Amino acid sequence: MSENNSLLRLRKITKVFSKGTIDEVRALNKINLDVNAEDYIAIIGSNGAGKTTLLNIIAGVFPPENGGKIIVNNQEISGLSEYRRAHYVGRVYQDPHVGTAAKMSIEENMSMALLRGRPRGLRVASNKQRRELFRAALAPLGLGLENRLNTLVGTLSGGQRQALALVMTTLSKPALLLLDEHVATLDPRTAQIVLDLTEMLVEREKMTTIMVTHNMELALRHGNRLIMMHKGRIVVDMNQEQKADLAINDLVVAFERASGEEFVDDSVLLRPGNVVGISDL
Amino acid sequence: MLDVVGHLLPFSLYEGLVFGFVAIGVYLTFRVLGFPDLTVDGSFALGGAVAAVLIVKDVNPFLATLAALGAGLCAGLATSLLNTKLRIPALLAGILVMVALYSINLRIMGGANVGLLREVTIFTLTSQFLGLETRIAYQLVVAGVLAIVVFFILNWFLRTEIGLAVRATGDNEQMVRGFGVNTDMTTILGVSISNGLVALGGAVVAQGQKFADVGMGIGMIVMGLAAVIIGEALFRPKGVARLLLAVLGGTFIYRLVISVALRLGMAPGDLKLITAVLVIIALAVPYLQKKVQREWLPPATRW
Repeated sequence: MSENNSLLRLRKITKVFSKGTIDEVRALNKINLDVNAEDYIAIIGSNGAGKTTLLNIIAGVFPPENGGKIIVNNQEISGLSEYRRAHYVGRVYQDPHVGTAAKMSIEENMSMALLRGRPRGLRVASNKQRRELFRAALAPLGLGLENRLNTLVGTLSGGQRQALALVMTTLSKPALLLLDEHVATLDPRTAQIVLDLTEMLVEREKMTTIMVTHNMELALRHGNRLIMMHKGRIVVDMNQEQKADLAINDLVVAFERASGEEFVDDSVLLRPGNVVGISDL
Repeated sequence: MLDVVGHLLPFSLYEGLVFGFVAIGVYLTFRVLGFPDLTVDGSFALGGAVAAVLIVKDVNPFLATLAALGAGLCAGLATSLLNTKLRIPALLAGILVMVALYSINLRIMGGANVGLLREVTIFTLTSQFLGLETRIAYQLVVAGVLAIVVFFILNWFLRTEIGLAVRATGDNEQMVRGFGVNTDMTTILGVSISNGLVALGGAVVAQGQKFADVGMGIGMIVMGLAAVIIGEALFRPKGVARLLLAVLGGTFIYRLVISVALRLGMAPGDLKLITAVLVIIALAVPYLQKKVQREWLPPATRW
């Protein structure tokens, strides 16, 4: 475990749910992972593979079992609670409702987002300068939100809210961007808009990104690295060159070889182009 | 008749302003924070008790009123700590502190009530200072100035970076935490400020009626809710400033209706029953409307 230049390092991350009961689940099993700066990783895996649990561990929703270490920029953050990690980690959730506050205006939502991980004081939260910043950040969406700063977010459509959530999360440029099936509940056209926006933002801001998805095609097309999880372990880890000429069938073969299991039951994973995934834990 | 109107309107305005502090407190917890805080009944009487006892001990009444506000902050602090640090449900935490405050208020006053008949209050001080003889005139001045101060402070605070975080906590706690806000702290802050306001209301009411009573807070939570609901329904406010004004307006209309009903011969003892029925109707109507229109309805929340 020498010092290296990885932006995020996970060491021996294990997570057990319902410990000591008959429902005990080992959601993550001794995960080791090094994420380099500017990596754009797509993580795929069937339901219960541990993808979202992994994101929750990184974001600090719950701690890993004893002995697990989470290190960002050579600083260990394993002991920090969720709100203290906001400085390092930004997250877009599957459900647009989770990423935005409905009873507040677009401007107020963005003011909240702008101060991610920074101390909040008794200055009035929005001013002309910040409004200009918000407009500039919203304009590339092409949704016209930049002219509706005073609109309550609750009146926006799911797609608009998810696009807003993505802009909000990237507004203050966290070191690490976590995308948790962030287009899974959107219709194909809106999903494409949000995906293009993701691509653009990740490219422009050179943000280190981990995207969880159920969609193999998506995982192949996006990112420079592909990780496949199964039963709480990483079973496939491919870099840009390895995944370049890959087809979905090759992925299935790779999975079978790595996990030593027949890949027959998982219809969700097998169906190419399946944008609407089944939500997992 | 004119005389009745000439008396009822300013009197209700005064009551709308002083009980408006309670309504704004209830609005902060129930609506802004989504924290159903029942401490209110106790903290209102606490405010009255603290102010009255200090005034009897010849403390400057403005200082005594400020001390009452501080006591209210502490009551809110207790409730929110029970909720955030010991994970006791908000509703239960509020009830526990409310019940505890009953005993505490008795201890503070050394009995069930404290009279302020010949004491120097913020009202008598103001009437001397301004040379106002008419009771309702100086009452309105005191209540009005306090309400304006509270309005401006809250209207500013709720739009600051911290204020925004408090509001967002009630809206979407998960999101706010993701953006680096300690939601325990914002909850504690919001509930404390709310109860501080309620206690301020109690302190002013006690000085206005010239006594503090251990039972003076009974039903305050329901009155506050009624005022908030009336204000929202009548004024349909958008934005922080209008919301605060709507709550004050709602309290005024509620007190006016009550005054008229009392004038028309309603027994004072029936007041709380009627208020409760009013709130039940206001809560039930939107539900029944949706039911008639066969809209999807979520199951009842049990908090």
